[in-house]
Amino acid sequence: MAAHPVHPPGFAHQFVDMDQQHASGNLGMWVFLVTEIMFFGGLFASYIIYRALYLPAFETGSRLLDVRFGATNTAVLIASSLTMALAIHAAQTGKREAQVLFLVCTMLLGAAFIAIKLIFEWHHDWVDGLVPGLNWGYQGPHAHGVQLFFCFYFFMTGLHALHMVIGIGILTVLTIMAARGRFNEQYYFPLEISGLYWHFVDIVWIFLFPLLYLIGGRYAMGGPHG
Amino acid sequence: MNGHVVPVKTYLAVFVALICFTLLTTAAAFVDMGRMNTVVALAIAVTKMLLVILFFMHVKYSPGLTRIVVLAGFFWLAILVALSLADELTRWWSPAAQPWGFLLPFLTGWR
Repeated sequence: MAAHPVHPPGFAHQFVDMDQQHASGNLGMWVFLVTEIMFFGGLFASYIIYRALYLPAFETGSRLLDVRFGATNTAVLIASSLTMALAIHAAQTGKREAQVLFLVCTMLLGAAFIAIKLIFEWHHDWVDGLVPGLNWGYQGPHAHGVQLFFCFYFFMTGLHALHMVIGIGILTVLTIMAARGRFNEQYYFPLEISGLYWHFVDIVWIFLFPLLYLIGGRYAMGGPHG
Repeated sequence: MNGHVVPVKTYLAVFVALICFTLLTTAAAFVDMGRMNTVVALAIAVTKMLLVILFFMHVKYSPGLTRIVVLAGFFWLAILVALSLADELTRWWSPAAQPWGFLLPFLTGWR
């Protein structure tokens, strides 16, 4: 049997070297993210079409959302993307405590996003009777189209929140791995690939925020929550 | 040595820019610009997306193959949206909405 060279930790032996392993993993993750672009893209495309067909109803629906929470959550997610990037930076520069710290921050910010969504938005929508199919009480102008808007609202933000929950699950595993010292300057690919996923979910929200909250003629209301 | 180590300063600058764009786009929603409201909101969203993709997701430092895959994804999304809209928004242009409408040229030609 031929002598087998000793691998550095984390090196999978079908690859020529760490650089190739890194590039392959990144490319594979991007191919997955492209399928995610198409997955959310289908929803975005149908949202655009129905918004064009029922414009007054969609604008009315948009104004029923509270822009303060949408904007706050955008900031929370952007902050979580920053801490995710810093966690990878900490791994690249060989700082184990900083990795764990930034990963925990990312998880907490992700959880804060979901908490704001649940407590201040979805709960209020339920109380106000804005949940199509389950609790619908809105009888104002364009009631039918507004119901369609809220279908899109719950599907899009719900699917996004599901991605956040999965992301927090992944981050939990990563935090344990980081605490056990599994990542170093040479090998931190699970962190980087999960980071790509986390940033992608951030980008989806970057588009959901203006599409759902901002472009409904909010200036006509005279206040942030009129 | 693998992967590009982006300086913390760059990450912080991108973060500050993203927060500023979020404030800007929220403020812009309260200014009546007519149809430009949608354009401005989406332009700011695309700018924020590019910042995240290039710096947080390291595409600025990634090999060409990765960039092509990213571009292909968005190009395909553009096809999805453009062709769907080309169908949906032009249906009223043609009057032949009847199920037997395809027979019209034959019928009128025959008479």
